[in-house]
Amino acid sequence: MDFEQEIREFINSRFGEDVIAEDNFRNQLSFIVKPAAVYEICQDLLENDRLDVKLLADIAMVDWLDHEEEKKGRFELVYNLYSLKHKGRFFLKTRLPADKPEIKSLTPLWNGANWLEREAFDMMGIIFTGHPDLTKILTPDDLEGHPLRRDFPLTWEQPKFSWNKDDPPEVIK
Amino acid sequence: MAENKTITLNMGPQHPATHGVLRVELELEGETVVKVRPIVGYLHTGIEKTMESKLYYKAIPETDRMDYLAPMSNNLGYCLAVEKLMEIEVPEKVKWARVCLAELTRLNSHLVWLGTHALDLGALSPVLYTFRDREMIVDIYEACGGQRMMTSYIRIGGLSHDLPLDFDKKVRHLLKVFPEKIKEYETLLTENQIFINRTRNVAVISAEDAINWSLTGPMLRGSGVKHDLRKANPYSGYENFDFEIPVGENGDAYDRYKLRMEEMRQSLRIARQAIDGMPEGPYRAHVPGVVLPPKEDVLHKMESMIFHFKIITEGFKAPCGSVYQAIESPKGEIGFYIVGDGTNRPRRIRVRPPSFVNIACLPALCEGRMVSDVVCAIGSVDIVLGEVDR
Amino acid sequence: MGLEEKIPDSIILTTLDKMVNWAHKRSMWPMTFGLACCAIEMMSASMPNFDLARFGMEVFRPSPRQADLMIVSGRVSRKMAPVVKTLYEQMPNPKWVIAMGACASCGGVFNNYAIVQGVDKIIPVDVYVPGCPPRPEQLINGIMKLFEKVEKSSLKDKHEEWGR
Repeated sequence: MDFEQEIREFINSRFGEDVIAEDNFRNQLSFIVKPAAVYEICQDLLENDRLDVKLLADIAMVDWLDHEEEKKGRFELVYNLYSLKHKGRFFLKTRLPADKPEIKSLTPLWNGANWLEREAFDMMGIIFTGHPDLTKILTPDDLEGHPLRRDFPLTWEQPKFSWNKDDPPEVIK
Repeated sequence: MAENKTITLNMGPQHPATHGVLRVELELEGETVVKVRPIVGYLHTGIEKTMESKLYYKAIPETDRMDYLAPMSNNLGYCLAVEKLMEIEVPEKVKWARVCLAELTRLNSHLVWLGTHALDLGALSPVLYTFRDREMIVDIYEACGGQRMMTSYIRIGGLSHDLPLDFDKKVRHLLKVFPEKIKEYETLLTENQIFINRTRNVAVISAEDAINWSLTGPMLRGSGVKHDLRKANPYSGYENFDFEIPVGENGDAYDRYKLRMEEMRQSLRIARQAIDGMPEGPYRAHVPGVVLPPKEDVLHKMESMIFHFKIITEGFKAPCGSVYQAIESPKGEIGFYIVGDGTNRPRRIRVRPPSFVNIACLPALCEGRMVSDVVCAIGSVDIVLGEVDR
Repeated sequence: MGLEEKIPDSIILTTLDKMVNWAHKRSMWPMTFGLACCAIEMMSASMPNFDLARFGMEVFRPSPRQADLMIVSGRVSRKMAPVVKTLYEQMPNPKWVIAMGACASCGGVFNNYAIVQGVDKIIPVDVYVPGCPPRPEQLINGIMKLFEKVEKSSLKDKHEEWGR
């Protein structure tokens, strides 16, 4: 059986009620699951030696503010998982609500998730419960807010020429 | 009983041995390192947020400035991801030219790594040799794109200009001269007893730990895991080329040094195959409305001029969906996760930075060892701070 | 050969200003302050192809206490700004600053929340070298302009920026 079918069978048979949808946009397999199921799916995948999904490549986050996709949940977390033996990749996506973006941290399973989750917290404000050291990593300590959210302005400063030397900086998106 | 006191030493953002502005907090007990904590963020530029406010085409120069030692790799990754999203097929000549330039970029990055790593360990001559030879590659970049470093030569749907007329001659001269130079670097370092003492059994990481820390690239291959995206998930025509993937045994700094030297030789081999078999053809795909038409057409045909105007001012509308394209850059796996939302600006461009994930494993490499091994570990991981902080 | 033939009885008549300026400009030591992409071009400028050592910049001193010239090469982020200020204040007088590249001069390509728009908002700058990144020859041109500025300076000048 090829890798995609094996993964589909694995996830649908064990976590069938947690999977909201399945997607195959541009030949990339992704599962949209409920937030509480992500940790259990990853734990089961790590124990399964035949599928050999051991590399957590990336944790990406998207902010769907002001778009019709926001109805399903404002924040989207995408876990990028890779199998070294079968050379296959698939994604686990979840949606988190705007008022309470919390999810269980994956640091007990993978050490590499430590800094990736810290970056997700710093840039978008997603809280990972159980993380050993959830602090700012990229932005300066005195910057308040989470820069990658859509409502944080880009803070574009008008360059100073001779005719506008004394104006304060402009703030646009 | 005397209590053991530790001192906290700050290896600050400005330091000759950290490659850029990396800050490392070391807790030392005598000369032994008890705890290591790298602090990054001193070069944070907000590139991802800036790219969200631009059209897809205009975000290409921003990708150059992330990993500034291998700029063409970043361009290639981003353009491949956008071409996957918009389902654009590029002509054969473009694929082969991209492969040739990507391998020259790998040489470029490894030369700078070799020079600075040897400089940190006390060898003051190799850096002069490698930077002198790097000028040959930078000369080719300048002939192609007009700029020595941030060329933005690889564009969506093809290249920005046709390959220059003396591209063939310059690359063949480089291929003739370079194997001797690699032998020169090896005579300086490989059998050198001081270099071996400083790098053998230093910064060791086992294969299981490497996979657990999500390492990719030479860090993972140095520990014995034979994984390379050019062979596993080939992109841009890599399946047509014949090359080998070097693998290390122990996972220490010396193995990674030998691995990267062998990778330089394999890059020369791929570049030779690319330049020998370069097909003729157009240098841009013909997809009206999405890919900019070539300038000769714009000046002579009406529809091309209209499309050119429209694409530059408004861009093209991307479908609502997300793609991920990963390529094997000299540092590891660099991936671009692009989310389109139906408008002409991307909703999110996420860059999976190899150096960021690789430097996170510094505690596992250095704790319990001597303080001077920290310098060797940072050099052997091969980071570029522009990519760590974005 | 050289200077000894032109000096009868080993006596030269000159002003103190000219001698001090000649000494300053002929052996100015830069500090290793490479931040980002422009740092690679600064390193290339000191390598055999575009040798900077022939201008007296033989060694790049890592410690600010031993350097005269600070070449700010690369983008200065808001987290790094207090560090730049501390390093500038640690340098002993006389000191000069070259802002190399577009990002150090005026913010460059990045006009957003994370980058200080020009390092001259924090420290006083003598010469601006534009480019992204500037070629090593452009950097050497900037250094020659700095030498011209040093030649024209005098011991009587009041430098408020140095704290005098």
